[in-house]
Amino acid sequence: MPTTHTDKAYERELTELRDRLLEMGGLVETAIASSVRAVIERDAELAERVKIGDREINRMEVDIDGACRRILALRQPAASDLRFITTALKIVTDLERMGDLAVNVAERATEMAHTPAQPATLSPMHDLANLADLSEAQLKRALDAFVTRDVDKAEQVLHGDELLDALYLKIFNALLAIMMEDSRNIRRATSLMFAAKHLERFGDHATNLAEMVVYMVRGTDIRHPRSRTPGDADAEH
Amino acid sequence: MTSPNANGATPKMETRGLTIRYGAKVAVKSVSMSLPERQVTALIGPSGCGKSTFLRALNRMNELIPGAGSDGEILLDGRSIYESHLDAVELRRRVGMVFQKSNPFPKSIFENVAYGLKVGGMTDRKAVAERVEGSLRGAALWDEVKDRMSESALALSGGQQQRLCIARALAVEPEVVLMDEPASALDPIATAKIEDLIHELKLRYTIVIVTHNMQQAARVSDQTAFFYMGDLIEIGSTEQIFTNPKEERTEDYVTGKFG
Repeated sequence: MPTTHTDKAYERELTELRDRLLEMGGLVETAIASSVRAVIERDAELAERVKIGDREINRMEVDIDGACRRILALRQPAASDLRFITTALKIVTDLERMGDLAVNVAERATEMAHTPAQPATLSPMHDLANLADLSEAQLKRALDAFVTRDVDKAEQVLHGDELLDALYLKIFNALLAIMMEDSRNIRRATSLMFAAKHLERFGDHATNLAEMVVYMVRGTDIRHPRSRTPGDADAEH
Repeated sequence: MTSPNANGATPKMETRGLTIRYGAKVAVKSVSMSLPERQVTALIGPSGCGKSTFLRALNRMNELIPGAGSDGEILLDGRSIYESHLDAVELRRRVGMVFQKSNPFPKSIFENVAYGLKVGGMTDRKAVAERVEGSLRGAALWDEVKDRMSESALALSGGQQQRLCIARALAVEPEVVLMDEPASALDPIATAKIEDLIHELKLRYTIVIVTHNMQQAARVSDQTAFFYMGDLIEIGSTEQIFTNPKEERTEDYVTGKFG
């Protein structure tokens, strides 16, 4: 932003809100990375830490919601400030859900730590690690786009989701084959399948974030293009 | 060629390249704007941006200021307000004005509203009384004053005085009502009454309001025009101006990033 608000206290409130969102995003990044590591390394203790850490993410959601409400009531934000606050209100919900998904992955890690390892699931496990890296990178990029108000970067996130979906499908099919091969693999493969699904959903939330960033910067709502009736779409360029 | 207009409605008034000077100082620079019929247009901008000067030009009130001069066109129903068919008195009847500070005459409530009618030559007492009642109803003041019509207008509260001035403006049956900060001296309840009244009035009148209170502009207007240093920077639907302005200077102003 080229200029700052005449009211310095207001400027601070907005900056603080942005920093809090970033901090929360950082916690979610760590949570998803840790939860997948817990799956791969059969680390029940790490999985437990992810579950406990989610409480802080939940607290931040409540805090940030409150801060947004306060600004809406007391400052009557307009234009880009208004779009920033409404974006914050929405992405905080996505971030909280992403935290929950990390917990879901951690729960799979707990299950798997208590079942014997099987060499058959090693190959999809490798792809799962890649899927986790991609999901985390998507979140990182979306948060980056949010801070720098960078529409191009947000659009990279939107396109990046296709890769995630493809990798998920690959993992899904591989696990299906493993299960058909030997029914003793089913329990473990099912856990991995769920973990992969959680990561794929995690990526979807990252695209929600990116869509909101485009709205925040341009004022154009790009969500659900196929659900719009002709002529309903924004007449924006 | 028509001037910018937020929503393509029929313009009641229009300016084309309107420039206004006070001596050597240019207060309004070549502003082309259209005021849609039966809509509220809000003029916003920092002090000295030219919005009040622009407003006063619409019924030739600027001419009362020594050294004031103007170029460009001002149209009412597509005809220049300077044409010979329209003298300044008739123009000001059709384009009425309500000021920032309520300015009732030191006379009775009835006389205040009837004043313009009598000046205009209306003599039939019954017709005058009816018009006074209608105007007071139109200004949402009738119920509060109907039993005390002969009391001094100065005994009314600030908010009532301002609505009395609106009734006085409505009595001569204007087509356009110009309001210069009509609620800036009022408490929040009186302000809400004026704003509620503006919603009623726009069913019959074309309204132009100058306000420093941006939330007020957002609440009452259909289109908003942002002035800065004599230029019309941006005009658009009020929703667009307050959620997604196109010009950076508008953005800075509505988000409070000026100065």
